[in-house]
Amino acid sequence: MRPFTQHRGRVAPLDRANVDTDAIIPKQFLKSIKRTGFGPNAFDEWRYLDHGEPGMDNSKRPLNPDFVLNLPRYQGASILLARENFGCGSSREHAPWALEDYGFRAIIAPSYADIFYNNCFKNGILPIVLPAAVVDQMFQETAAAEGYSLTVDLAAQTVITPGGEGFAFEVDGERKHRLLNGLDDIALTLQYTDEIKAYEARREQVSPWLFN
Amino acid sequence: MLRTLYDKLWDAHVVHVEPDGMTLLYIDRQLVHEVTSPQAFEGLRINGRKPWRADTILATPDHNVPTVNRRAGIADPVSRIQVETLDANCRDFGLTEFAMNDPRQGIVHVIGPEQGFTQPGVTLVCGDSHTSTHGAFAALAFGIGTSEVEHVMATQCLWQKKSKVMLVKVDGVLAKGVTAKDIALAIIGRIGTAGGTGHAIEFGGSAIRALSMEGRMTLCNMAIEAGARAGMVAADDKTIDYMRDRPYGPKGEQWQAAVAYWRTLVSDPGARFDALVELNAAEIRPQVTWGTSPEMVAAVDGRVPDPTEAPNAVKKADWERALRYMGLKAHTPISEIALDKVFIGSCTNSRIEDIWEAAEVVRVLAGAGRKVAANVKLALVVPGSGLIKAQAEAEGLDVIFREAGFEWREPGCSMCLAMNADRLEAGERCAATSNRNFEGRQGQGGRTHLVSPAMAAAAAMYGHFVDVREVML
Ligand code: SF4
Repeated sequence: MRPFTQHRGRVAPLDRANVDTDAIIPKQFLKSIKRTGFGPNAFDEWRYLDHGEPGMDNSKRPLNPDFVLNLPRYQGASILLARENFGCGSSREHAPWALEDYGFRAIIAPSYADIFYNNCFKNGILPIVLPAAVVDQMFQETAAAEGYSLTVDLAAQTVITPGGEGFAFEVDGERKHRLLNGLDDIALTLQYTDEIKAYEARREQVSPWLFN
Repeated sequence: MLRTLYDKLWDAHVVHVEPDGMTLLYIDRQLVHEVTSPQAFEGLRINGRKPWRADTILATPDHNVPTVNRRAGIADPVSRIQVETLDANCRDFGLTEFAMNDPRQGIVHVIGPEQGFTQPGVTLVCGDSHTSTHGAFAALAFGIGTSEVEHVMATQCLWQKKSKVMLVKVDGVLAKGVTAKDIALAIIGRIGTAGGTGHAIEFGGSAIRALSMEGRMTLCNMAIEAGARAGMVAADDKTIDYMRDRPYGPKGEQWQAAVAYWRTLVSDPGARFDALVELNAAEIRPQVTWGTSPEMVAAVDGRVPDPTEAPNAVKKADWERALRYMGLKAHTPISEIALDKVFIGSCTNSRIEDIWEAAEVVRVLAGAGRKVAANVKLALVVPGSGLIKAQAEAEGLDVIFREAGFEWREPGCSMCLAMNADRLEAGERCAATSNRNFEGRQGQGGRTHLVSPAMAAAAAMYGHFVDVREVML
């Protein structure tokens, strides 16, 4: 996994609440057996005017000129500004894969759905929670200034605006450590092999019917 | 120390705790389907890893499988590759799989309990958010992403932080024709789709005790639509009766020991919950969603709401967008909403009891001379598993549906998310017993109204929503 330390990038605002993972990556693209290549189909139903299917040449498809990510001023954005309960619905990890492949490194929203939030950390995306009022302010500033960019510093746990204003955010210590260092979860867990085996032996004594 | 059911399940699975509370939790069971697993198997392969305990994994293809003419295989080549990839991965890693043409194949969340693979007291995960379903068995069950699927396969564990626990207490007696699905939608209407975020929900109260295991599964299935990763119901006699003689359940001496343990899987009286929501079952009416989020729900005798009456500006914009997408006007009576398609199925409502409920409505209305209404182009019944399908056929239910004009299909997810050929066309309106009415969920531009099986069956026969309590008098 790609480590996340500090990132400065352009902000794209997605001004709607309860954006679900079906919207982030529609189901027809979940048929892929790969982990990569979902970026061109991120937000497919909002982003294009036609119906997308796997295997299409996305560069030839008609873009929806009204969809915010298609506006010239938000091209190259790497920070997604969103509203509450972002990423609700299906557990598909294809959603963070698509956002990452599109080029997003961080998301800022007042709240996230639990599974999506967790999935982001596994894929080098930092989901930042800021108070609704601060998020509101950022929506206004993004609209007001073309090229509006933010700096995210994971080690310091702050988001810094172009005006130099800093906003602190919370992140769980263990998740932060792993993201900062881009650590492989499985290799880390396997360091606990003895403890897992000891637990397993105890469990087999107590609940033998789970070990048939 | 008084403990909730969640606390007990949690405590029994702790392998290791970090100072900040991050916990390595042991996972007893994993269900696997074709959509969220290929990248996990690929990860294992790249790193030369094997499943820690292959015997704790059960796999089946459900999302992509066709519901007609299976002998001919899967026509869509991309879907076919995904299903074949699952077959190959299960073979390579030595996992049990109920492949597409196995009579036991079905939706993961239906076959787990049916096989006794889901058991009280276990931790159970699947790369699928509706894994909350299995909490109906006093189990800790929740959906995970694909990286975590790989992690559980490789280590039998998962890093988790303890959630808060919400008690949703439903007391009283449901009116006839009102079901677990209506309870679920009424709860979501009350607390919202983010109401349970950060929480596990325990459902309790006399109305929950009165539900069958099927009803409890429907309810726990929808916990995720209230934002809660896990839903659960305490174990009781119904739980234990359901477990008897299941193929993967405990037998003989082990059965006795298991039952003794299962009986402890209840919240201690007086245990503290972080949040409490109370509903009176007698007040719950059949529910119909009108929007693009399960919280956008009304009673069947209600009306489509007016966005100018929304509680705040964000909600107002949401409601306006939803009504535009749904092609509905404020103040329209729910009963005047006409339908193009009807879908009875999904991991929410495709178990035998759901099929019984729908069949009973069809039988009574057909007896009064009705058939599927002319404006309904397609009314599908898709059982949740091959075994349920066989049971329903043995009881002659398929004939009741077919004669009334329904199609009776092979088991799978089908039009719940339209990854196979069953889907809505743009602008089509559907009464569905599934769990999500998101934009495009059942097909791009499709409009979904979530209801119970009885309500869906009645809507098919009338061509618009009707109050099932009235037509079944
Ligand atoms: S029936 Fe629908 S919700 Fe359930 S597992 Fe299948 S696709 Fe998911």
